[in-house]
This record gives sequence, C-alpha cells and structure tokens, in this order.
Amino acid sequence: MADLTIKNLKKSFGDLEILKGINLNIKDHEFVVFVGPSGCGKSTLLRSIAGLEEVTSGHIYLDDREITELAPAKRDLAMVFQSYALYPHMSVRKNMSFALELAKESKETINSKVAEAARILELEPLLDRKPKELSGGQRQRVAIGRSIVRQPKVFLFDEPLSNLDAALRVQMRLELARLHHDLKATMIYVTHDQVEAMTLANKVVVLNQGQIEQVGSPMELYHSPANRFVAGFLGMPKMSFLPATVVSSDHQGTRIQLADGATLALPVNGATLHKNSQVTLGVRPENIHVSDPSESDFTGRLDIAENLGSDTYCYVKTSSNETLTVRTPGNFTCNFGQQIGLSLELDQCHLFDDQDQALPRLERIAA
Amino acid sequence: MLTLKQRRSLTTALMGILAWGVALAIFFPIFWMLLTSFKTEIDAFATPPQLFFTPTLENYTLVNERSDYFHFAWNSVVVSFGSTIIGMLLAVPAAYSMAFFETKRTKATLLWMLSTKMLPPVGVLVPIYLLFKDLQMLDTRLGLTIIFTLINLPIMIWMAYTYFKEIPKEVLEAARMDGSTLFQEIWRVLLPMSKGGLASTVLLSLILSWNEAFWSLNLTASQAAPLTALIASYSSPEGLFWAKLSAVSTLACAPILIFGWISQKQLVRGLSFGAVK
Repeated sequence: MADLTIKNLKKSFGDLEILKGINLNIKDHEFVVFVGPSGCGKSTLLRSIAGLEEVTSGHIYLDDREITELAPAKRDLAMVFQSYALYPHMSVRKNMSFALELAKESKETINSKVAEAARILELEPLLDRKPKELSGGQRQRVAIGRSIVRQPKVFLFDEPLSNLDAALRVQMRLELARLHHDLKATMIYVTHDQVEAMTLANKVVVLNQGQIEQVGSPMELYHSPANRFVAGFLGMPKMSFLPATVVSSDHQGTRIQLADGATLALPVNGATLHKNSQVTLGVRPENIHVSDPSESDFTGRLDIAENLGSDTYCYVKTSSNETLTVRTPGNFTCNFGQQIGLSLELDQCHLFDDQDQALPRLERIAA
Repeated sequence: MLTLKQRRSLTTALMGILAWGVALAIFFPIFWMLLTSFKTEIDAFATPPQLFFTPTLENYTLVNERSDYFHFAWNSVVVSFGSTIIGMLLAVPAAYSMAFFETKRTKATLLWMLSTKMLPPVGVLVPIYLLFKDLQMLDTRLGLTIIFTLINLPIMIWMAYTYFKEIPKEVLEAARMDGSTLFQEIWRVLLPMSKGGLASTVLLSLILSWNEAFWSLNLTASQAAPLTALIASYSSPEGLFWAKLSAVSTLACAPILIFGWISQKQLVRGLSFGAVK
C-alpha cells in the first residue's frame, strides 16, 4: 500500500510563499502528474514530499505514518532527477547498488536486485560503464534503475525527460508508462509539458502560484476545466478566449453577446449570472469550424495559417480584434486576410464568470 | 597581406615566443641559484658573472658540516603536512556547508575570510608572539603548524568552495535519498567527485607552508626551525656567502620542486581556480 496524504502544506523561502496550503490525496498505484507553469511550486512540492526541502507548516503522511519531519532516506521514496544526478565516479552497477549497500543488504540480494532492474530497463550490457560513457537516454534509464532497486513505496520524478531530445522523449514516455504498469507502483511526476501530463497520468494536479487549481483525470480536466487557468493551460494549441456580456441567463441556458455583436445561446447553467455581467467564452480549436459566412455564427479575417500536414491551425482575427485558433483539415487552403465564417460547437464551449470560474454545463438531454 | 592561415600561425609563433620568454624569466633565478651553488665563493662574486667555471661541491660539503640539514628538512615536512592535514579537515566541511547550504551571508563570509590575507602579517606579529610566549609555543612545531593552518585556511576554503560549486547539488541530494549519512555523502560522493580539485588544494597548501618564511623566522629559533629559517641563517651580517647561500637554498627548494614537478597537472588546475572545466 502507498497512500500519500498531504494536509495544508505550506512552504516559504524568506518572505516568499511558494506553497500556499496544499491538500492532496494520492492513492496506491496512481500515476499523478503535477503540472503548471514555471515557478508555480510544483518542484518545491515534490521536493517537500521527498524531504529535500523543509516545509514551513503542514503534514505529509505515507499510509498512516507521518513523514513530514523524517530524513529523505527514511521516507521509503525514490527520486529521479531532471539532471539524472548519477554518481559520475561509479559504474552503472555501483550507481544502482549504492543505496542497497548503504542499507547493508547482503551481496546476493544486491546482485539479484541490480540484475532484475538491469533486465527491466535493458541495461545489462552497460553495467560496467561509467555514466559519462552513456547517452542521455541511457543515463535516464540508470537513474530510474537506481530508484527501482530500492523498491520504494512511491517514485518521484522531477521533469525527468526535459533534458532529452524530442524523439527520445516520446520513447522514454512510453517506457515510463509501461514501467508504471509493470511495477504497479505509485508515481508522482512533475512536468511543465502538458503532453506528458495528459498521456502519463491517471490524475493530473494543476498548480498555479503555489495553489492547486484543479485535480482530476486528464480528460476531466480537458473537457471540464474548473476555471480559466486550467482551461488555458491544457490543450495545444491553447483554448481561445473571447470577452462577452450576458444578454439573458437562467438555469436552462445562457445567452451572451460577443464584442462584435454576434449573440450565442450556450447550454450553460447561468443561474448565478446577471444581465450585462462580463463573462468569457472559451472555445478549443477543434470546436470551431470554418463555414459559409452567411450561415456562420460570426466572421473573422484569417491572420496566419500553420500547416502541420495532418491539420492546419488557422489564427483568425475577429472584427473586435480577438484572436481565435481554429483547427481545420490539412488540405484547407485560404488566403491571408480573407474573410471567413466561423461556427462554434456550442455544447462544447466553456463559459467563465467574471471571477474566471467555469459555469456548469447543462447535461445533454439524450435524444 | 597575410592569409588567414598565415596570420594564425604568426600569432601562434608570437604567443609561443612570449610564453617561452616569461617561462625563462621565471626560471632564470632558480637556474642561477643552482649554478652559483656549484661555484667557489670567489667565482660567485666575479664581475662579469661567469656562466662557465669549474664546478665544485665544496659548498654542499660545508653546509652539511655546519648545519644539520635533515633536522630542518624534517621540521619543514612535519609542519607543512601537519598544517595541510588539519587545514583540509577544517576546509572541507566549511566549504561543503557554504557551497551547498548557501545563506544570505555566505558570500560576505568568504570575502571576509579572504580579507584576512590582505592584512600585512607584521601587523599581528606582536600579539601573536606574546600569545605564543604565554602558551609556551615559541619554537615548537605545534605552534608553527597552527599558524600555518590559520594563514592558509582562507585560501583552502576558497579553493574547495570553488570546486564544490562545480558539483551539481542533485548528486548529493540523490545520495541523501539513497540513504547516505552526512559523512557518507561527503566521503563517498563529494570527495571522489572533487578529488582533482582537492588534490591541488592540498598541493598549494603544502607549497605555501613549505615556503613560508615570515612566521618561521619570528616564531622559531632552532628546535622547530624549518628550511626557510636555515636559508636565512646563511645571509649573515658577518659577510656574504653567495655560493653557500645558493647551495642551502637549492637544498631547501629541491624537495618541494620535485614534488611539484610530479604533480604539476593538479597544480595548474589548482591555480586556475576551477576556471578550466
């Protein structure tokens, strides 16, 4: 079992408050990803869990044991660092056996555990090399191997893939997913890369300015973001935001008017809104479609188109000078400056109130 | 006009000449000392100075008869190695804490330590002399070892600090996660990773201690006097003995020169203070 519970964790450096009261529960076998912009406190949170940072206040429990004040080594956790942090003067074998030697395990146990880790990570031919004789990907695998041999309750990863090139990153990402499945371990993973967050996690924790913005499965966060920050942070390209005013609203739906005059009726519970209050419409690139100007919700002028082969992302300026990102098929052709019509999938749009909190969407009525 | 290639080789040649010039200028006094030590006192005085002469070993024989070289040499060895060992035992933990647990005042502390090296030693001669007298440490090897440790410690801490700064903090954190105690973290991870730099720190401390003259002359007489005091005893007011002075200087320099030659690689790295990675 490995249940990690964090209660009201705070951490300050001098006057600077980095973590402003974190409450989180991580269950056994979960792959949890902390994601957020740089400086949001995600690494500090991970290092606090590891015991590398002293916390200012709050509690951390692993199962029923409080580990807040314990030395890192006594917490039953293992960490993989961004810079790999291998011992450069030791061979791969020594790097992996170091912790076991310190724990005074018997030679046979050490050998069998190292051999097992080397087999899982395909490091067998490299065991007698020094870290400097390895490629980036191999070093990363040794760093993971070093944590596996200890059989910790929780694995901690601090942006482990950010030093690898793009192709290797994809490969290691798949290997990590496989490893999580094979080891049935609890893993906590810090990244600023939302693709890693979306693909690896069962549970994503979005952090911003030392606070948790939302916790949920990747799809929950993608489809029902709790606020504008989460909505804007997840998704590539980003969700587009348009300012709007409420025309009429109740618990059956909300009618809004965009800055350029177009009115839209959204299936969103607007019971908390008032007429004329300011709201923000959020819409993802895949939920906007190019249509004939006469039948469209509103029109815009094409600014730039990025053709990626499979898709073309069009950046469209509305008449009120807002930029919208639109996903179109790869074969979409259009001229710069051309006026195009846009239609929204209204049941996929998000509406945020003047506090940037998402308004609840109405349950779709089954046909 | 020269081509780029020609210009480059010209620069290389000029730099080579400059380097050799500087090296020769630095080496010349040592060369002349060595030469003079094999001259008779009369040849040593000759004007113009003689490059060719009949070499003699009489100076070395005389020096050996007049003074007990090995007594002084042993004092130098004990005091240099003693102060270096004690210095390293203090410098490594000090540099560790400053390099890896930096506080607001770390930089200021480092500068303050170094600033003690800028004080002319003669400024504190009287108080230290009196302290040594009261503690009965005048003319003792222990006293000299302590003084050498203290005067070299700032430089040793600085050097160790610079080397430790090059080591990624995460490696030590990894060791901590792996279950190292503080001692294991330093002994099994930090020291092996910085052994090149620490070796040069040791070497520099040895050389500085070996060559130290001011405190040796003022705090020792005969019992604990190292080789620098022996050399000084040959420049007496009763008369000039250039040849003998050269002979004794050569004898005093030889051990550390040979030692330095063997370990010059570390020394060069040490003096460039980690600038070369």
